[in-house]
Amino acid sequence: MPIRLYMLQRLSALVMAPLVLVHLAVIIIAVRSGLDAETLLGRTRGSLVWGLVYGTFVVAVSIHAAIGLRTVLDEWAHIRGKALDAAMWAIGLGLLGLGSRAVYAVTVG
Amino acid sequence: MSDGIDNAAATDTLDVRVWRGDERGGDWHAYRVPAAANQTVLDVVTWIQRHREPNLAYRFACRVGVCGSCAMSVNGEPRWTCRTHVQDAARDGVLRIGPLRNLPLVRDLACDMAPFFDRWQEAGGRFVPSSDRHADIAAISPESPARRIADAAIQCINCAVCYAACDVVQWKPDYLGPAALNRAWSLVNDERDAGNKDRLRAVAGDAGCHNCHSQHNCTRYCPNQLDPGASIAGLKRTTMKAALKGQL
Repeated sequence: MPIRLYMLQRLSALVMAPLVLVHLAVIIIAVRSGLDAETLLGRTRGSLVWGLVYGTFVVAVSIHAAIGLRTVLDEWAHIRGKALDAAMWAIGLGLLGLGSRAVYAVTVG
Repeated sequence: MSDGIDNAAATDTLDVRVWRGDERGGDWHAYRVPAAANQTVLDVVTWIQRHREPNLAYRFACRVGVCGSCAMSVNGEPRWTCRTHVQDAARDGVLRIGPLRNLPLVRDLACDMAPFFDRWQEAGGRFVPSSDRHADIAAISPESPARRIADAAIQCINCAVCYAACDVVQWKPDYLGPAALNRAWSLVNDERDAGNKDRLRAVAGDAGCHNCHSQHNCTRYCPNQLDPGASIAGLKRTTMKAALKGQL
């Protein structure tokens, strides 16, 4: 793994760590307080804070997972060279696309 | 498994299985070897070669843990066989002796060490002098922090035990591996050396130190009690600092 990918993966982990806790807290609070989907969406839509929280989360996850899966593909599937980097980019951009769509749905509508 | 057991010597004998073959394939062969006090695994292999299998291929030189040439897989674990006592290595009274993993096989117990030493070169394991023979001998204090770190990594005997123990080497054969990275770390801390720019670039590449998963099998199995895992961690820190300063 080239050093820049290594550093990017550690940096994205640093960003993800508190956001995972926020995400888990949101799930627990939402479920325990019995909020329905309409109420939740009413709170998240138009909220810049939730948009930033989940937008940042999605970017960090896309980077972190793509680099991690690059290592798995390298070591276990023995994919090398340009194919390996192409797979990493495809995974990262795929996750970014799916995640951005979800963030857009809950914060913009 | 071939039926090579000498039943005539059934008392005070060891049950030994030796892998015989080459890259195309092979099999475990069984032998009965006379037991002796303080017997090493290398003694056992040598007895088999001298009394049962004259064409058994294996490698050794010094027999005292200095040359690093006799490493083999003993009951699935990489060991320096000249300093490994049978009583410490046998499991349920059986010794299974095979070639080191992660290296091409020449024949029987002898591996081709070329890839192992190639990694040394690729990791910048060659000393790059910062002065010539006409300069005074560099005065390096034994107490200097860099000297202490270099000392801790410098006693490698190149036995390839760590290389064989490393799962990352198995998964990613171009990975430089613990011995080469340990060597690079000792040179990074050698105040006389002038090759760190290229060396840090070499160990920060796709096959470099950042592939290490910190499983520390290298440290667990190093027969000289070195800590290649710590050396690799040191390289990770040093290369990251260099990258942040734009030096890589």
